[in-house]
Amino acid sequence: MSVPKDAGWKDVPKAGRILEPGSAAKYETGGWRTYRPVHIPENCINCLFCWIYCPDQAILVEDGKFKGIDYAYCKGCGICATECPGKRGNKALKMILDEEA
Amino acid sequence: MSIRVGKTGNEAVAEAMRQINPDVVAAYPITPQTEIVQIFSSFVANGKVDTEFVTVESEHSAMSATVGAASAGARSMTATSANGLAFMWEIVYIAAGMRLPIVMPVVNRALSGPLNIHCDHSDTMGARDSGWIQLFSENAQEAYDNAVQAPRIAENPDVKLPVMVTMDGFIISHAMEVMEILEDEKVREFIGKYVPENPLLDVDNPVTLGPVDLQDWNFEHKRQQAEAMRNAKPVILDVASEYAKLTGRKYGLFEEYKLDDADIAIVVLGSTAGTAKVAVNALRAKGVRAGMLKMRVFRPFPAEEIADALKHVKAVAVMDRSDSFNAVGGPVFVDVRSALYDVDNGPKIVNYIYGIGGRDVTPDHVKTVYADLAKIAETGQVENPLTYLGIRE
Repeated sequence: MSVPKDAGWKDVPKAGRILEPGSAAKYETGGWRTYRPVHIPENCINCLFCWIYCPDQAILVEDGKFKGIDYAYCKGCGICATECPGKRGNKALKMILDEEA
Repeated sequence: MSIRVGKTGNEAVAEAMRQINPDVVAAYPITPQTEIVQIFSSFVANGKVDTEFVTVESEHSAMSATVGAASAGARSMTATSANGLAFMWEIVYIAAGMRLPIVMPVVNRALSGPLNIHCDHSDTMGARDSGWIQLFSENAQEAYDNAVQAPRIAENPDVKLPVMVTMDGFIISHAMEVMEILEDEKVREFIGKYVPENPLLDVDNPVTLGPVDLQDWNFEHKRQQAEAMRNAKPVILDVASEYAKLTGRKYGLFEEYKLDDADIAIVVLGSTAGTAKVAVNALRAKGVRAGMLKMRVFRPFPAEEIADALKHVKAVAVMDRSDSFNAVGGPVFVDVRSALYDVDNGPKIVNYIYGIGGRDVTPDHVKTVYADLAKIAETGQVENPLTYLGIRE
């Protein structure tokens, strides 16, 4: 549903109705998250394991290099951080509590 | 000009449905409601209505098909009783949550078990938190009048909630009364052409209805639903006022019968209100200042209005035709007592559970309630906060 983030109960369509077809991409699912991955650039070797393993499409890549994390869709599963080989044992992705971000 | 007819409650409601001429009716028979849909199906078979009548295999399917039809954009109705309503349960809540203006007559019958087909209010009282507007009827005339007003209430843009129109099983549904019905064209003019909101069959404006609704927005949609129930109160009164102009029959949220100067009063729903009026008249003839408040609209619950109507009374008895099995009292009692909580020096209030499983209640039973109230009013003491009226001790 395409609704402004500051919308209140009086502003949204009744009963969760979706009045705009093809709008699933606008429905942000990142709100489910408890932990979020954060990127540590000095440990990143751009292997892109995170991009391969992400069950959503929350790892953004540009020109074959890690670009960032799309927190609108990242659900905080932590697979990227688990799979990250890092540099000399120091991971380039670590999970922190979302509320501490 | 109204037409005077002799009709049972079921016939009267079936007649209202014929005049409403809904687009879809999906229903399943259950005593004592069966006649409504049986009579209505004959209207369908004889071409008296344009309705698509869906015969289903259960009440769960009846309400599901009604929800589907209403979502598609059809003016949709069904009808049921007791265990049929219980079997619909899941979809009863969905109809309200999806904000579909369905109208459903419910002929009140005891919920099993033990198995019983006669009147009490355990079926619709169980559905009092389902999000449906609930209109109770004292007789066939009121059942008809409530049924004709129901679509206008349900379909109001500020409401968009389903409405149950109830009447007491057998006592009203199967008893013939002289009553007045409107001409077909007047009913059709009164209810107007149905303009559905976000219908699925509007292919030029495709919508999704009833999608998953999680922590992020479900609370807001439920808040809207709560507001719609608040909005229903003035809408019910507006529709009643317009209906009074058409018929001369005035309806409010409740009826006050000789309540203005009453020292003692009962609160009652359904056919027992008629019985209670006989008792009130007899007591008034003896100089007892007895009064009655007959609830018509149970949901939304008119708490402020009830508190205002009862605040001057010394002792009030709430008559419940069902038990909440909460070890406190019946559902009407709990709500009415809560409504009176903020009244300074308000009335003493007691509860009578009566008429369970169709147990007859007579004017003499009601007179014993008034006798108890007179004693409470005199002494200021409540000995029995809850009495099972007419039980064999």
